[in-house]
Amino acid sequence: MLRYIGRRGLILIPTLFAISVVTFIVIQLPPGDFLSTRMAQLQSQGDGSLGAQELARLTERYGLDQPIYVQYWQWFSNIIFRGDFGDSFDYGRPVSALLAERLPLTIVLSVLTLVFIWAVSFPIGVYSAVKQYSAGDYTFTFLGYLGLAIPNFLIALVLMWLSLRYFGTSPGGIFSPEYRDAPWSLAKFGDLLSHIWIPVVIWGTAGTAANIRVLRANLLDELRKPYVIAARARGNSERWMTIKYPVRVAMNPFFSTIGWILPGLIAADAITSQVLNLNTTGPLLLQALLAQDMYLAGSVLMISAALVVIGTLISDIALAWLDPRVRLRY
Amino acid sequence: MTQQLPGAGAAPALETEPVTAVDGDDQRIAVASQWKLVWWGFKRHRLAVICGIITLFIYLVAMFAPFLAPYNAGTHNSEYTYAPPQRLHLFDDGSFSPHVNGYTLEQDPETLALTFELDENTKVPVGFLVRGDEYKLFGLITWDRHLIGPKGDNGTPMYLLGADSNGRDMLSRIIHGTTISMSIGLVGVFLSLLLGVVLGGVSGYFGGKIDNAIQRLIEFIIAIPTIPLWMALFAAVPANWGQVQRYLALTVVISLVGWVGMAREVRGKFFAVKGDEYVTAAIADGASQGRVMFRHMLPSFTSHIIANLSLSIPTIILAETALSFIGLGLQTPTVSWGVLLQEAQNIRAVSTAPWILLPGVAVVITVLAMNFFGDGLRDAADPYKN
Repeated sequence: MLRYIGRRGLILIPTLFAISVVTFIVIQLPPGDFLSTRMAQLQSQGDGSLGAQELARLTERYGLDQPIYVQYWQWFSNIIFRGDFGDSFDYGRPVSALLAERLPLTIVLSVLTLVFIWAVSFPIGVYSAVKQYSAGDYTFTFLGYLGLAIPNFLIALVLMWLSLRYFGTSPGGIFSPEYRDAPWSLAKFGDLLSHIWIPVVIWGTAGTAANIRVLRANLLDELRKPYVIAARARGNSERWMTIKYPVRVAMNPFFSTIGWILPGLIAADAITSQVLNLNTTGPLLLQALLAQDMYLAGSVLMISAALVVIGTLISDIALAWLDPRVRLRY
Repeated sequence: MTQQLPGAGAAPALETEPVTAVDGDDQRIAVASQWKLVWWGFKRHRLAVICGIITLFIYLVAMFAPFLAPYNAGTHNSEYTYAPPQRLHLFDDGSFSPHVNGYTLEQDPETLALTFELDENTKVPVGFLVRGDEYKLFGLITWDRHLIGPKGDNGTPMYLLGADSNGRDMLSRIIHGTTISMSIGLVGVFLSLLLGVVLGGVSGYFGGKIDNAIQRLIEFIIAIPTIPLWMALFAAVPANWGQVQRYLALTVVISLVGWVGMAREVRGKFFAVKGDEYVTAAIADGASQGRVMFRHMLPSFTSHIIANLSLSIPTIILAETALSFIGLGLQTPTVSWGVLLQEAQNIRAVSTAPWILLPGVAVVITVLAMNFFGDGLRDAADPYKN
């Protein structure tokens, strides 16, 4: 097991490195980004002024007079050794401070959504497989298709609209206005719960739908295998037998789905959080890209990708712990 | 090989003795080509066939959009901001005379806001094949007839699905949006197909180190959250690029990430048939590697590739919609479903005019239909399975 974790962890290093390279390319890509515009501005101010000092500082900080690979190393080593992601020129603040503000909510919401996806798709997937071709199975299958077909921002818009229309408030944000700056209390926690389910449901729809399909298909395969017939022939009760054997085997791919659910959640965050008025990293990324504030945008992209890779690693380790066959493959 | 022989050998038996229906079916199946078998298999999925017809219909709408839409995409009328949808009445007092009811403006005494009410007493006659905005069909044929449109004397407009903030007809704009949204799926899929088949083919055929490298690349691309990466790549597209350039850039950006699914599928298939006798025979015949790959192996799983393609078109349509919605994809004056939904970003606007969400309904119907259709196709793609 330790050997597996070690090997799997080693693969992480080149992956994270590759992510940082892609991020750096993305940062360098836009021609008229904030930093170049600022540099051009400062250059036009001439020597001796405050502008020239600022120019020298920026050149030094980002290594702008150096070849591109030195620039990359300067940027990368600052992140690794000093936790310095550069500056957001749009906000006029260090990127790391902005990330520290926004990232916790993104992570909390992502974890909650994952729990939601599993909690909902597991019973439905098992039910659909055990009662294949029943009315319930058809209903859930259709709902699943629908969940995959509706863009999540559309669900967000419809929910917001309905709530504005029927309750007179827009459910955006994570707290009601009166609790936004209030100290933590039971009432504030209740208010949080009454808001937080909306992004969780919206982010989770597509993942739930896909997960139900995966579990249903896996369990259907397992249910036809001889060991199930053998277990049944021994007189085990159907319910207990199903949970004890085929469901356990069918669970395995279920765990590994985290690898593609997480990128979906990050994407959902980027698309819907603007509409939902959430203080997550999604709107930060969108704003930064629209303003070509590339160090901020690149950092959000890199952190999201790194979180996905680490999340996948955790799910792989969980899977290896669950299933010895996976362990031995490495 | 040997299994096909009885079918072929039994054919002369037809002349001498009457065959039962079952035997006839068996023979038909035994001599049918692969594509015929796929078609028979597909026909059995009734839902998939219906959804296939819907998909075809949507593509027809995309092709004949300017003719089907009552107005051109840019036609606006500022007097009719957020005019609500009108119902098309086909009969008037029992006789056939299609018409819609006109609008009256009402002012809310408290808020002073102007709202449109449908007036049962005024009638705007509606005709078929009426003269309207001039347009170019397929970019070639200039015409001014529209399938349906108002034919009132004073140019009173008609809004079957309501109007947007500039008094543009939602129905017309959704129909015009079909062209871009549907074609972006096709173009994007075509590019992903090229990349996917070549890289997946090379990976599966040669195996070893090349395979390893390509597999690592694919795993890496899958690990990066797609939509944020698309957003970031597309943010690099210069703002002064024209409509066509942005459109092409979007398809390239989408397929740069989208080819991985196709590559995995193709690689798996190449691995599966690599050891088959006919491949060995082709190699022994001295066929070049390219010929073995693309002439001999590829045709054996073309049906799978097509099924896969039909399933990735909706993904691309959804991606375009999402990117355009947040303002990082296509932009006005291009009309696509995502661009149309940009108006719905403002939740207050949605609550005054819920019909600006209707392009979303078009997206959902299209994606649903194409998913069901693609699933049916995939189930039928391997006729020798049973």
